[in-house]
Amino acid sequence: MAPSKKSSVKQSEGGNSEISYKKRINTKTELLLQSRRHANDIFDVLEYLQSEKEKEVIFAINACQKIFCALLERGDLYVGQLPSEEEMVEGDRDADEKYHIFIRHRYSNCVELLLDNIGHEVFQVKEAALTALMKFAAAEGQHPLQKLEFSNHYNFPLELILAVVRCLLSGTEDMALLISRFQEFLEMDDVRYYVMSSIRDTITRVMDRNKRAVMPVFQNNVFTLLTNITIPSQSAEINNFLIRQEGKYEDWKAAKLKEQKRAFEQTWLTFLKYKLPGNMYKKVLVILHDSILPHMNDPTLMIDFLSAAYSVGGAVSLLALNGLFVLIHQHNLDYPDFYKKLYNLLDPSVFHVKYRARFFHLANIFLSSSHLPVYLVAAFVKRLSRLALTAPPTGLLIVLPFICNLIRRHPSCRVLIHRPSAADELCNDPYVMDEEDPAKCHALESSLWELKTLQSHYHPDVAKAAKAVNQPLPGLEDDLSKLLELTTFELMERDLKSQSLAVPLEFDPAGGLLKSAKEVLGVHFSLE
Amino acid sequence: MRCKLFSSMDASLAKILLSPTTCTGSRGGWLNNAFEVKINRKKFDVLGRKSKHDVGLPGVSRSKAINKRKDTLLKEFRLKNKANKFVDRRFGEYDTKMAPEDKILQRFALERQRTQAKKDIYNLNEEEELTHYGQSLAEIEKLTDMVDSDSDSDEKGLLSAELTASNFGGGGGLLRKKRPGENDEDESQKHKSRQELIEELILKSKQEKRERQSQKEEAQELTEKLDQEWKSIQNLLVHKTPKAERMEEPEKPKLDDYDVMVRELGFEMKAQPSEKLKTPEELAKEERERLQKLEADRLKRMLGDVEENATQKQSHLSADDLNDGFILDNDDRKTLSYKDGKWNSDGGEEEGQEGEEGTGGEEEEDDEDGEDDGSGVDDEDDEEEEDEGEGGHSDLDSDQASGAEDEEEEENDEGEEEAAKAKPALSEEERKAMQEAAKAELPYTFAAPESFSDLKALLDGHSAEKQRLIVERIQKCNHPSLAAGNKAKLEKLFGFLLEYVGELAMRTPPELATVNIFIPQVYALCQLFPAAAHKVMQSLLGDSAHSMEESIEVKGRAAFPGLDMMIYLKIVALLFPTSDFRHPVTTPAFVYISQALTKCPVTSLESLSAGLVLCSLAVEFVSLSQRFVPELINFLLGLLHMAVPADTCTGTYLLVPPFKQQGKASKLLLLSDAEASNSWSRKAIPLTSVHRVTASTDLEKDHYRLSVLHTCLDLVKRCTLLYRQLPSYVQIFQPVRTLLAKHLPVQSYPSSLQELHREILEAIPETPSKHAPLVFEKKKPIPLKLLEPKIVLDYGKKRGNTKEERERERLKHKYKKEFKGALRELRKDTRFLAQAKLSDIMSRDAERKRKVKELYGSLATQEGEWKALRMKKRK
Repeated sequence: MAPSKKSSVKQSEGGNSEISYKKRINTKTELLLQSRRHANDIFDVLEYLQSEKEKEVIFAINACQKIFCALLERGDLYVGQLPSEEEMVEGDRDADEKYHIFIRHRYSNCVELLLDNIGHEVFQVKEAALTALMKFAAAEGQHPLQKLEFSNHYNFPLELILAVVRCLLSGTEDMALLISRFQEFLEMDDVRYYVMSSIRDTITRVMDRNKRAVMPVFQNNVFTLLTNITIPSQSAEINNFLIRQEGKYEDWKAAKLKEQKRAFEQTWLTFLKYKLPGNMYKKVLVILHDSILPHMNDPTLMIDFLSAAYSVGGAVSLLALNGLFVLIHQHNLDYPDFYKKLYNLLDPSVFHVKYRARFFHLANIFLSSSHLPVYLVAAFVKRLSRLALTAPPTGLLIVLPFICNLIRRHPSCRVLIHRPSAADELCNDPYVMDEEDPAKCHALESSLWELKTLQSHYHPDVAKAAKAVNQPLPGLEDDLSKLLELTTFELMERDLKSQSLAVPLEFDPAGGLLKSAKEVLGVHFSLE
Repeated sequence: MRCKLFSSMDASLAKILLSPTTCTGSRGGWLNNAFEVKINRKKFDVLGRKSKHDVGLPGVSRSKAINKRKDTLLKEFRLKNKANKFVDRRFGEYDTKMAPEDKILQRFALERQRTQAKKDIYNLNEEEELTHYGQSLAEIEKLTDMVDSDSDSDEKGLLSAELTASNFGGGGGLLRKKRPGENDEDESQKHKSRQELIEELILKSKQEKRERQSQKEEAQELTEKLDQEWKSIQNLLVHKTPKAERMEEPEKPKLDDYDVMVRELGFEMKAQPSEKLKTPEELAKEERERLQKLEADRLKRMLGDVEENATQKQSHLSADDLNDGFILDNDDRKTLSYKDGKWNSDGGEEEGQEGEEGTGGEEEEDDEDGEDDGSGVDDEDDEEEEDEGEGGHSDLDSDQASGAEDEEEEENDEGEEEAAKAKPALSEEERKAMQEAAKAELPYTFAAPESFSDLKALLDGHSAEKQRLIVERIQKCNHPSLAAGNKAKLEKLFGFLLEYVGELAMRTPPELATVNIFIPQVYALCQLFPAAAHKVMQSLLGDSAHSMEESIEVKGRAAFPGLDMMIYLKIVALLFPTSDFRHPVTTPAFVYISQALTKCPVTSLESLSAGLVLCSLAVEFVSLSQRFVPELINFLLGLLHMAVPADTCTGTYLLVPPFKQQGKASKLLLLSDAEASNSWSRKAIPLTSVHRVTASTDLEKDHYRLSVLHTCLDLVKRCTLLYRQLPSYVQIFQPVRTLLAKHLPVQSYPSSLQELHREILEAIPETPSKHAPLVFEKKKPIPLKLLEPKIVLDYGKKRGNTKEERERERLKHKYKKEFKGALRELRKDTRFLAQAKLSDIMSRDAERKRKVKELYGSLATQEGEWKALRMKKRK
């Protein structure tokens, strides 16, 4: 590469380089733009792009941006299939053409260097490089470097965008910050459209090269970039373009909402086609229902992904519920054994995961139908109450009213808490916890002894909530929404904030740290 | 009818009516007239009750009322619409209580004052010239002799009543009865001229004076003579008299002594009858009753019955209690030792003080007997002895020590805060000289620390016992009964003390022994200020929980709380009842433990220890109330899972977060060498292992693991005992049972562990027990609405039950009565006024009629005369 040959220049400057480099770059830029005679100075400027001092690099990037934008505007760059530099010397071209070819080569050098700089460790450099590249893209769009053919008469610097996207989707570095900077360009409809196609291209290339193995960093970058893409909701909103096309929007794909949506849909599908790391699964599922599904042309395409996720188990399944719910609810998805799977989703971790509130919110919706068979509701109730034996108080404060609500909705489930017919007969709990089929678990023949147990829970609110089953339930359902987001600290604050006048005190005088009447700690631990 | 009335009159009434003593003056008449008496018939005759209103005298009371109205209302009426009025400003004119003589005297004095006041105030020398009949009294005085001035004061310058009476007409007129015969004499004297009279009078009075003077002198002379004679004879008369005379002098002090003693006895506190000393059985019984009552209260609270009944007394006074005035004595002693240098010589007094103190203390104990338990009394005694010992010791020290110590104490005196700061500075210079003494000696007064750093400065560099002593002294010096602001100071002290305890626990290595020593102090302070104590505890718990919550929000998990929080939680259990259904401190503490047990993953040997401490605390918290703590079982299950070798582990039981079926921490309790169990012997795990496990070698680590396992199993056992009654007992412990029965490698464990293991398995039945299906609680049937009239069995008016209601009722009644009375009086007033007006008009009319009549009369006579004259003429 040309600039590297002349690398002897810069390092010797030393002390006053601070001002000098600025001056030098500025003068060179001016000279370059003044006359073709100084065309060779471009090498010096490009040299700075590789400097080790980020200030110089940034300054040089800005200079390059200025130079090449001006040159592009002047039409000083060669248009069409670019002959190599060797060919240029050989071929019989006039000086003008040679100059154009020369500048075009320097331009592609510069682009390469800038793309390298996107991988620079300093953010400012990255940012400057990115903005410079996007400026080039805009300029290129105005002054295309390819000869227009009839079939493809919408000029857009596809290669440049593709190259930028490839850099953004680095496999080794988290580009979240830069991607968020890139978002302003993604608001332009044409950029968005072509970026999406570039993403698809990149994903297939990278993943295939990696034999479909999981690539956390790369996939994370893709995910970040994808989440930054928002499709406008109406076609009228598509009017923000990087490159103005002269009145030929009707047929341009980038200007059509449907095409945009299709591109979006395909990009996501391409992304989800490959195996995802665990936490990525969760991240996708969390945003799926409100930022992906609504922007797809055909959300049912997600069924495969969602049902796969639903059968993963654990938290992932819980999250997949949300997407599934949207599909079932709005897109007529018929999911066989949905409730059975939901039933099997219930395990002790339900009460401990972060998405507890979301799960119970959805479960509440799923079980709100009054057309559900009694055995099914009873099975849910019984299983939930069994699981409640391992739940923390915040979970219990959700699940106890939840159970009561279910029994209210399905009055035939009342036998679970009130079975006067067999009041005196002692019996074993007929419920089979390990049975996967809610139809066969004999829940309806059981009673909620678990709630009886929880009546002696240590937390007064829980004990009170559990005591609700002692009396016939009042008609109105409990409001769950306030309880869903209750945190342990809030629960604690209720007691801490309460203004009680008299505080009962312990009457056994304390003689020492480990010397109380009911000492347990002191039995096993010593004061050392 | 009247006869009937009389017949109902009882004997006593008749007596009153007929008794002559009640008939006085002009009023005597009414009694004879039975028509003037109104008798209020009594419905029931209550023996021994005196009634004021059995007889009424309507006529008398009416005339009284009319008179009163005449005096007041009528006067007012007459003065109505009149601008001027006559005010009688004579002194005491309307004061009926004053005797007329007093009145006159006072008036005279006032008169004199008035005239005197008008005098020139700057004229100091000239006194008022007193005159009598225009003659200066000074002049008159000059005429009298010098002897005269010495004569008795009562006669000086005054003339005898008789003389005055005879010479000045008015003088004793009141006293003297005028005899009819005197009239003539008076008339004869009248003939003398005034000048003559006065001269005569002066002469007479001088003569009298002279006579009196001479008489007096004579009498004096005679008595003096008699005295002398008597003295000369006295020595001869009685032989023993001089001795008596001599005895008189020493006798006086003796009498004084006696007087003093009598007075002392009078002023001295009388020995009060003390309560009978109780026998040990009685004491034990009382103690038992007290505890039973407290326990009953606790049970009520546990069941959540009396949640709202906030009037909980907290009057329990412990052995360390300071609320008994005992402090005051201590304070006395404090000032005493404080002035050591000056008081040293006066040993007796000090002893006296000490003695008093002792008795005081005993009295207190007697008083407190009802509250203090036996051990408490002992403790108190011990403490007192200890204190006294300390005090005595320090006295000795101060005897020996030079003024340096005094200086130190003076410094304490000077500035309270300085004391804390100056101490270390002093120590550098002077400890070399008197190391022993200074170390043994602690200042007796301490200022209550204003901030945590103050307290730290006070306590730093002392041994644990000394620190305790310092805190105790701060407490005593700032007892709430001594000054107004002390309560707030001690409340603050509680906060600082807890903070200090936390800091001690977080030191490396933790100074738990010191913490242990502070516990009684903390307990005592908490008993004194429950409100402040619970606030401090709440804020400690809240802060820690808040930071844990933040970390959970960010990372989804948190590290186990430090040793300080464990100590705080333990202190919560010591200070507050953990069995209450809802308690402002223990309930958050429960939630805190639960939070820690569910959100803090066990990743190291230290966290094992921390988790176990929390588990033990949880078990301790619920040991009385037997409440169900799901997190506890989950956590113990998770810990036991860590001891299960990987290959046997299958999904037969479900672990609850924060534990994972697999993972790098899931084998934390696996023994590295089965041989370790042979050399293991059970001993308590040090609390410090929460921060750092000292075990370094594999063997030690294995021993540590075995200890942890032992604790774990023991806690499981305790849980099985606690929750045996729960209907879901088996379901709760099923995973534990599966794990213990099938997966735990018990064979490699020491026999004591195997024993525990067996006991637990026995405690958990394999098949669940039978239960009756749930049924709603039976409600009381709601009674049908009845159409019968409601019959209230409580006849008569419903009386207020509470004191306030009764008082209100009474006042209402009184108001009504008064109101009616006032109305009646007003009506009477108007009637009286109307009558007065009417009589005015009538009298005016009568006057007019009379005058008209007079005129007519005179006219008629005129006419008659005229006619007669005319008749005469005609004739």
